[in-house]
Amino acid sequence: MPDLPMLPVRVTVKAVVEETPSVRTFYFEPAIPSSPGQFVMVWVPGVDEVPMALSSATSITVQQVGDATTAMFLLRPGDSLGIRGPLGNGFTVSGKTLAIGGGVGAAPLLHLAVEGQVSTFLLGARTADELLFAPVINASSNLKIATDDGTAGHHGVVTDLMDEIDLEAYDHICVCGPEIMMLKVLERLQKAGVADRGQFSLHRYMKCGIGVCGSCATDPHGLRVCRDGPVFTGADLLESEFGRYARDATGSKVVFPWAKKAEE
Amino acid sequence: MITLQPGEITVGGVALHNHLLLAAGVLGTTGASLGRMLRLGAGGVVTKSIGPEPNPGHHGPCLVRTEGGLLNAMGLPNPSKEFVGEIEPLKDDPVVVSIYGKDPEDFKEVAGWFAETARGFELNVSCPHAAGYGAAIGTDPEMVLECTRAVASHGLPVWVKLTPNVTDITTIGLAAEKGGASAIVAVNTVRAMRISTELRRPVLGYRSGGLSGKAIFPVAVKCVWDLYEACSIPIIGCGGVSTANDVVEMMMAGAQAVEVGSAVVDDVRVFEQIARGLYSGDGVAAEEIVGVAHHA
Repeated sequence: MPDLPMLPVRVTVKAVVEETPSVRTFYFEPAIPSSPGQFVMVWVPGVDEVPMALSSATSITVQQVGDATTAMFLLRPGDSLGIRGPLGNGFTVSGKTLAIGGGVGAAPLLHLAVEGQVSTFLLGARTADELLFAPVINASSNLKIATDDGTAGHHGVVTDLMDEIDLEAYDHICVCGPEIMMLKVLERLQKAGVADRGQFSLHRYMKCGIGVCGSCATDPHGLRVCRDGPVFTGADLLESEFGRYARDATGSKVVFPWAKKAEE
Repeated sequence: MITLQPGEITVGGVALHNHLLLAAGVLGTTGASLGRMLRLGAGGVVTKSIGPEPNPGHHGPCLVRTEGGLLNAMGLPNPSKEFVGEIEPLKDDPVVVSIYGKDPEDFKEVAGWFAETARGFELNVSCPHAAGYGAAIGTDPEMVLECTRAVASHGLPVWVKLTPNVTDITTIGLAAEKGGASAIVAVNTVRAMRISTELRRPVLGYRSGGLSGKAIFPVAVKCVWDLYEACSIPIIGCGGVSTANDVVEMMMAGAQAVEVGSAVVDDVRVFEQIARGLYSGDGVAAEEIVGVAHHA
């Protein structure tokens, strides 16, 4: 039997930090020993259970998007959550690593950065207020910033920052953020002939978290994001559904808006 | 240990690559996932249960590990008719479509969508965690008979997957047989629940669910045994099978093939693993061991 969690364990919320207007970090005890890039299934009692990247062994960093995260935003120190994890494969790095994070996707990469495993970190957000973890990342790696509205760093998208980067100089390129951003990164890696050095943390609808139910299986290989991922190499993602569609709770395909436009 | 001759077989009207099928509800929500399991050695696959309307299923937690098994209350999530396109690329493969519904009309309608692509149907009259569906039907012999008859009218093999959560499983098995089933699948999950003592509440979002995995293997063997004594149609064993010896044991109880589900949690390559121990060039014919324990 692999080292998979049994019933959820209770963790107690110790602190809630408002990182940006839409993102909060929940620090909890006890710690969940884990590798950067691994995730947990977070049970908000009475509401739902959802997958969340760990931003450290004792924290998850959450954007308010649905029922479970809205309920989480009401949590106060002393409240309880159930946690199953750590789950998934995480990032595997050695040598020189480039990290590229967008929005709340910076969370699993933060874990990597504070362990001293990131040389250069490209961080993107819509606006300066939404930049996540910039001071902490700056302390452990060479940080470059991009904002959509130009209120901090480069005025534009985070992939623009790749223009001034020699991608071939990096052994690993770890990426997490909105799928459109990751798609643009993959396109650049492919163009530079280094798609196989990319490690992309994929987000898909999950139910079981341990590779049984199949709700997060990707096309065309049937790989499970929860168990075979969530981190896949760029080479894995080329020719896959990545960047084109995901699936909802019923298993129906949901084509991304930009992919719809491309088909028209 | 006894080994079997490798090769193609036909069970309950469906031709299979070997005696091992992927059980319904496990890695069966997409065509690609089912295709992967066939590539990884499944002799056939049973899809996620498809119903008359798209269904997101229950709130989480939907599935947790527990000693010797898995406890789940998925709540029959499925994309309904959209699934027809999912298995289109697998139309040359042994794919059995699992179906649920609230009455014979539902079953017949959903089966009709797949009449061109499926090799057969498996009726889910046994899911223990969906109000009005699954076991709500499968504990009523008359309903089982009518649902089986309705789907059999499409002219494809119909397997009926039974719940162990009844006083006498043979009355349901006989009802399926009378309704024209080509095979009986025994069993679906056993009603169960766990409570988080720390959080003082049931762990599953739906509160209770069904137990699968090693823990229910002896329950499944007994159900197969009883059905073999009572029914004439083939039986497909399901419930906690994870080794070659489990397969042989289930066959000696009366099963002609087995479905494997929860064991994929240990290793997605479980079919290859089991086959390695189950088959050999000098193995016996399966007919020599099916039900043999009844004659001891």
